Amino acid sequence: MIIKNKWHLSKDDVVARVVLFPTVLLSAVCVYGFIIYTIYISFTGSTIMPIYEWVGFENYEKLWQLRHWHIAIKNMAIFGVLYIGISTVVGLVLAILIDMNRMGEIIFRPVFLYPMAISFIVTGTAWKWFLDPGIGLEHIMHLWGFASFKFAWIKNSDFAIYTVVIAAIWQVTGFVMVIFLAGLRGINHTTIESGVVDGATNFQLYTRVIIPQLGASFLSAFVILGHMAIKSYDLVIALTNGGPGQATALPSTFMYSYTFTRSRMGIGASAAVMMLIAIMLIIVPYIKKQVEED
Amino acid sequence: MTISETTRLSRFSKFIIVTVLTLFAVYFLVPFYVMLVNSVKPLSEIQGGNMLALPREFSFDYWVKAWKTAQVGVNATGLRPYFFNSVKIVIPAVLLSTLFGSFSGFVLSKWRFKGDNLLFGLILFGCFIPFQIVLIPMARVLGILGIAGTTSGLVLVHLAYGVGFTTLFFRNTYANLPDELVQSAQVDGAQFMKIFTSIILPTSAPVIAVTIIWQTTNIWNDFLFGVSFGDSRSQPMTVALNNLVQSSTGVKEYNVHFAGAIMAALPTLFIYIVSGRYFVRGLMSGSVKG
Repeated sequence: MIIKNKWHLSKDDVVARVVLFPTVLLSAVCVYGFIIYTIYISFTGSTIMPIYEWVGFENYEKLWQLRHWHIAIKNMAIFGVLYIGISTVVGLVLAILIDMNRMGEIIFRPVFLYPMAISFIVTGTAWKWFLDPGIGLEHIMHLWGFASFKFAWIKNSDFAIYTVVIAAIWQVTGFVMVIFLAGLRGINHTTIESGVVDGATNFQLYTRVIIPQLGASFLSAFVILGHMAIKSYDLVIALTNGGPGQATALPSTFMYSYTFTRSRMGIGASAAVMMLIAIMLIIVPYIKKQVEED
Repeated sequence: MTISETTRLSRFSKFIIVTVLTLFAVYFLVPFYVMLVNSVKPLSEIQGGNMLALPREFSFDYWVKAWKTAQVGVNATGLRPYFFNSVKIVIPAVLLSTLFGSFSGFVLSKWRFKGDNLLFGLILFGCFIPFQIVLIPMARVLGILGIAGTTSGLVLVHLAYGVGFTTLFFRNTYANLPDELVQSAQVDGAQFMKIFTSIILPTSAPVIAVTIIWQTTNIWNDFLFGVSFGDSRSQPMTVALNNLVQSSTGVKEYNVHFAGAIMAALPTLFIYIVSGRYFVRGLMSGSVKG
C-alpha cells in the first residue's frame, strides 16, 4: 500500500517500520557505519590498535610500494582471470551436456553441484593432501609406473597459485552450470525450431542461436564469480596458507596479515578499502539493475 | 521443455555425452572419495600405498581420534567441542536472520513507501561487501559489548551480515504475491500483524526452507568471522579443522585430518542431499532474479 498522507502514519505503518527496524539498524551500523570507520582508519597511523591521528594518503602510498601487495595483486589477476574464465567455459559446457541428456538433471547435476555445499576449508584440506607430491597425485602416478611424472606445483612458488585455481574451480563450476541451465531453460524455442528447419547442425544451433541468447546468464556468472574471486580467503588459507613464502598471497590474506599479525592496521585498512572499491565496480551496477527492474 | 527435445541427437553423440558427463562426475567425486577411504586407513597405508586404493586394514579409530582426542590448537580435545560451537552459532543466527528477513521482505514488497527500492538496494549491498572492510570495527564493537571471543558475538556477526540475503529471499518471493491479497484484507479491517501471520506466512513454507538452508550452509561454512572473532572456547568447526590440519607438531596424521574434514562437511552435505532443490533455489535467488 502506498502511504497516502505523509503527515499521518496509521498504526499499521508504525508497525511496519518497527519490524523493518532491526534489519535497517544492522545494515546501517554493521555495513555502512563500519565501512566509514575502516575508511577513516585507512587515513590514520593506526598500528596494533586504532588511533585517530590523520596521516592523509600515507598508507595508500606505502601499500602500493610493498612487494607483498604487488604479489597479492598479481595473484589476484591470475586467479581472477583463470577462475572466472575456466569455470564459465566448463560450467557452460556441462550445462549444455546435462540439458542434452535425459538423466542429466537427476544423476549428474547433484554430483557436479555438491562441492558448493561444503566449506572451503574442507575443499582446501582435501586438495592440499591430494596435490601433495609425497602422498598425493605425484606419488599415485609413480606407483602406477609413470616414474618421471612430476606434479609439485603446491610446493613451487611460481606455480602454487595455479593449485588454488584448480581447487576453486572444482568447488564453483557446478554453480556456474546451474546458472547456465536456468538460462537454457529460458530460451525462446521458436528460434531453435526455425534453425532446425533451416538445416542447421547441432553445433551451429548452439554457437549461433542458443549461446548468443545466454547474455543474462553470462552476466550473472561474471558478477557472482568476480565478487567471489575478490573475497576468496578461506581456500587459500586451508590449501597453502598463503605460501610457499608469500607466493599465494591475495589481497584478502594480505589485509588479514597486516592488520592482525603484523600490527600495521592503517595499511591493512587501506587494503580492505581497495578490495571494497574493486567489488563495488562489479556489484553496484548489478544491484542497481536488480532494483530498478521492479 | 529442454532443448534436447527440439534438437535431434545421433546414438553416437548420446554416447559421447554420457561418457564426458561420467568423466566429470569422477573428477567431482575423487576428492570426496580420497577423504573417505583415507579416513579409515592406517597412516602407513597412506604414506606407503596409493591414496586411491581401498583400505586393506579398515579402522574407525581415526574418526574417534578426530572427534575426541586430536590436538586442536593447544588443546587435545578433538573437534567435538568446536562442532557444538558451530551448532550454538548456527541455530540462533539462522532463526533470527530468517525472522528479521521475513518481516523486512514483507514490508519492502507489500508495504511500499517512498524510497523503499533504494533502501532495499542498500540492504542488499551488504551481502556482497568484502568482509575485510568490517573486521576492524567489528572487533572493537564486540569488545565494547563484552561479547568478544564468544559464540554470542559470532551470532551477532552472522545476523548482521545475513539479513541482507534473508531480506532478498523474502522480498522477491512476496513481490510475486498479488497486491490485492493485502489490500482486500486491509479493506476487511485486518491489521499488519494479522495480515502477516494469517495470509502471508501460510504461503511462505518454501521460501522459509530456502532461507534456512542457505543461511545454515553459509554460517556453518564460515571461516573468516570464526577465525577473527572466536577464541579457543568459541571457535567454529571450520577454524578447528584448519588448526588441526595446519598444526606442525609431530607426524601429520592424514587419516585424522580427513576424518575431521568429513565431519566438518557432513551437516551441510546432509542438508544438500535431502533438500537439494531448495539449495539450488537459494543459489539462484542470490544470483538471478527469481
